Amino acid sequence: MNPFTLLLLAAGNPFAAWLAKLHETFLVNDRYKMMIEGFGNTIVITLGALAIGLVIGTIVAVIKYLAEDSRSLRPAAAICDVYLTVFRGVPMVVQLLIFFYVVFAHAKNGIPVAIIAFGINSGAYMAELIRSGINAVDAGQMEAGRSLGMSRLQTMRVIILPQAIRYILPAIFNELIALLKETSIAGYVAVVDLTRAANLIRNNTYDAVNTLFLVALIYLGMVVLLEQILKKLERRLRKGDKR
Amino acid sequence: MINVKNLQKSFGGIEVLKGINTEIDKGDVICVIGPSGSGKSTFLRCLNMLERPTGGQIIFEGDDLTDKKIDLDLHRQKMGMVFQQFNLFPHMTVMKNLTVAPMMLKKVPEEQAKAKALELLGKVGLADRADAYPNQLSGGQKQRVAIVRALCMEPDVMLFDEPTSALDPEMVGEVLDVMKKLAADGMTMVVVTHEMGFAREVSNRILFLDEGVILEEGTPDEIFGHPKNERLQSFLAKVL
Repeated sequence: MNPFTLLLLAAGNPFAAWLAKLHETFLVNDRYKMMIEGFGNTIVITLGALAIGLVIGTIVAVIKYLAEDSRSLRPAAAICDVYLTVFRGVPMVVQLLIFFYVVFAHAKNGIPVAIIAFGINSGAYMAELIRSGINAVDAGQMEAGRSLGMSRLQTMRVIILPQAIRYILPAIFNELIALLKETSIAGYVAVVDLTRAANLIRNNTYDAVNTLFLVALIYLGMVVLLEQILKKLERRLRKGDKR
Repeated sequence: MINVKNLQKSFGGIEVLKGINTEIDKGDVICVIGPSGSGKSTFLRCLNMLERPTGGQIIFEGDDLTDKKIDLDLHRQKMGMVFQQFNLFPHMTVMKNLTVAPMMLKKVPEEQAKAKALELLGKVGLADRADAYPNQLSGGQKQRVAIVRALCMEPDVMLFDEPTSALDPEMVGEVLDVMKKLAADGMTMVVVTHEMGFAREVSNRILFLDEGVILEEGTPDEIFGHPKNERLQSFLAKVL
């Protein structure tokens, strides 16, 4: 402890006492490095799961949309329905534990497992979002594409999906925010994410107040940041409509 | 060019087309008229299989489009279609609307596709709107762009589904003028329309549809000058 802090402590300054506590909790033994590592892992898991979720969600949504008038796709659509029911019906923690201890029972590193588990789960929510976006696009758009000679998939990719994304961008951001917060359970499978890092430090230092409030603030900060980005995006999209 | 044999279509048990037979030859400009609900639009949409017929055949350039094994997409490239609601792609500029299909489906190089699009835009008086988005255009302009979009695929036949019905009255003329020019250039056209003046002036044959059948067909002179069928007579009395 530096002499300045000691001096303040001697004067009985509560603010200085708090600073000293922070120093003790986060700086001694470089414990803050664990927080940084946890923060990085939280970001990696969230973004990885988002990517997987978007891909799976798009595929499932397109299959379900096309199956509405294609017999050959009905079995695939039925499988999609089972997927949606199962992954939206089982608690995320349970899914995560099953992935870590059953599906990838020999996994040494929990991070890829967490990315896959959160991604597959998020895909189930994304699928319904994206499908609602596809359905919001005027049916005449598909007919126009088909009348030019495009296949259903080509029309979907070039005409329908780009328009659908604009309708559902806010909903996708909300899903991203939910996903970010949900990754806080990754600690269940030995991943040191942000929450787990804070909890480990709490365990070592018996400082529950500063560790838990700091981690809460960091999540809150990230969510507020995402909300700001969404607002900007929405403003830009609205400008696009006036084109 | 298109041979329609005993075409039938029902929607959930309701028979909309009850056996249509007709032939469309190269260079024909055929107008389909009739009261609303008579099946005109359904007939037209069956021609390029946007509606799948429940019976009968559509023979297009020798191939039966109702055959399940046929590559419909390939045949649709040769059948342009213009919709009542335009159905332009709102997220693309006019230029992109016109070039996306030729570039993707016929592998036309971008420069060539753009040149062709600009040339056709010029013909409909919209060369200066290539970079606009559909929302920035008037209804008449949108429909002219939609016609050009179909033409950019160099189709053998153009299908028009009430192309002026969604337009403000003052914009109907500009679209009809484009269609007249197209007819004069020898394009084969099938037009579902309520524009009797256009039908009379431009078409070489008119089909009068009512309750899912062709009640009468003939030249404009026959249809408008000497209508034989009673229902056609009363329809014309109402619309003229």
